[in-house]
Amino acid sequence: MAEKNTLLLRIITPDRLFYEGQAEMVEFNTTEGEIGVLPGHIPLTVILKPGILSIYEPEEEKRAALHAGFAEILQDRVTILAEIVEWPYEIDQERANAAKERAEERLRSRTPETDIARAETALLRAVARIELLK
Amino acid sequence: MASMRDIKRRRSSIQGTQQITKAMKLVSTVKLQRARANAERSKEYFTCMYDTVNSILSRVGHLEHKYLVPGTSRKKAVVVITSNRGLAGGYNSNVVKLVTRNPQWNREDVVVYTLGNKGREAFARYGYQIKPCENDIVESPVYADAMALSRELLQSFAAGEVGEIYLAYTAFKNTVSHVPTLLKLLPVEYAPQADEKSGKAEAVMDFEPEDSEALDLILPKYMTSLIYGALVESVASENGARMQAMDSATSNAEEMINDLALKYNRARQGSITQELTEIIAGAEALG
Repeated sequence: MAEKNTLLLRIITPDRLFYEGQAEMVEFNTTEGEIGVLPGHIPLTVILKPGILSIYEPEEEKRAALHAGFAEILQDRVTILAEIVEWPYEIDQERANAAKERAEERLRSRTPETDIARAETALLRAVARIELLK
Repeated sequence: MASMRDIKRRRSSIQGTQQITKAMKLVSTVKLQRARANAERSKEYFTCMYDTVNSILSRVGHLEHKYLVPGTSRKKAVVVITSNRGLAGGYNSNVVKLVTRNPQWNREDVVVYTLGNKGREAFARYGYQIKPCENDIVESPVYADAMALSRELLQSFAAGEVGEIYLAYTAFKNTVSHVPTLLKLLPVEYAPQADEKSGKAEAVMDFEPEDSEALDLILPKYMTSLIYGALVESVASENGARMQAMDSATSNAEEMINDLALKYNRARQGSITQELTEIIAGAEALG
């Protein structure tokens, strides 16, 4: 059998099957940096960070905002267990802008009580959303 | 024998009740269908989550991780999922019994996180220490709610306030079978050598970041997803239980109505016979 040049990608969230299909490459952001997965990758489990998910299908490229969860990468398939993931049309630009400003404000005027990790994640999320809509 | 009027009044009151139970049954049937679809949609996520976490844990079983060993405190936190409304048969009391009838637990050692009004009322009656949560959560569970709750639980676990965390809910097997279940959330329990065979077939899984760091990040998500899954299943079970309870209430009412109809007819016949006897007796006396 000829070697397959696509991998089976499944993106599952708690309330729906977000995406299922064959892809030539998948790109997303992890705690260790951005990662691009091609078929035949070594088995790997990574933790996601807010960022843009790009799915390269044989015919077209799909993009979505992927915010939290983890991914299991196997030779011929990738399973992403996402807590939050959105297609571009599901994003509210104004809300994202407002969230970005709020997070930046919180980081600027940091007090000892500020939950910095949380504010940073919120900022990353908002940036990913805005980036996706561009 | 009760008079005809009494029987008639009784019958119409039961008929009224029957109409209510019938309507409630219809409503919960519709709600059940929706809740069930929800539960089935999210099932895949949890199966996947469970498999992944298990495969990670079976590899790093020797690890002394903070979420894998019980805390020093003797206190136990129990998240109890019940409904806000009654008339659901044994649905609420069965879950509550899981906690109150547990022989290993002392009342003083248990902190109850109640989701749903009925559970809170019951535990208040028994005199447990209660941390009330938002009751609206059980009406339509949202993942963010489960996230907030699991964050709160992890915080009190990390602070040493509780040593173990449990989850009491009603598992939804199918429309007619709902099983009250008690699940240990923390420390995480797992079966170390459970999937040895499947492990051999595939290449060794790598982690980025390292195992223990990955566990730090994955286990809270694992807990959140278990809580959310329990919520979704409990809602489905609640509606299933209510549907069953209302179905049997409706058929009981039907039975009572039939019984009363019979009694009413007998009483009617009896009174006619009596009237006839009186008339005849009167006519004879005159003649």
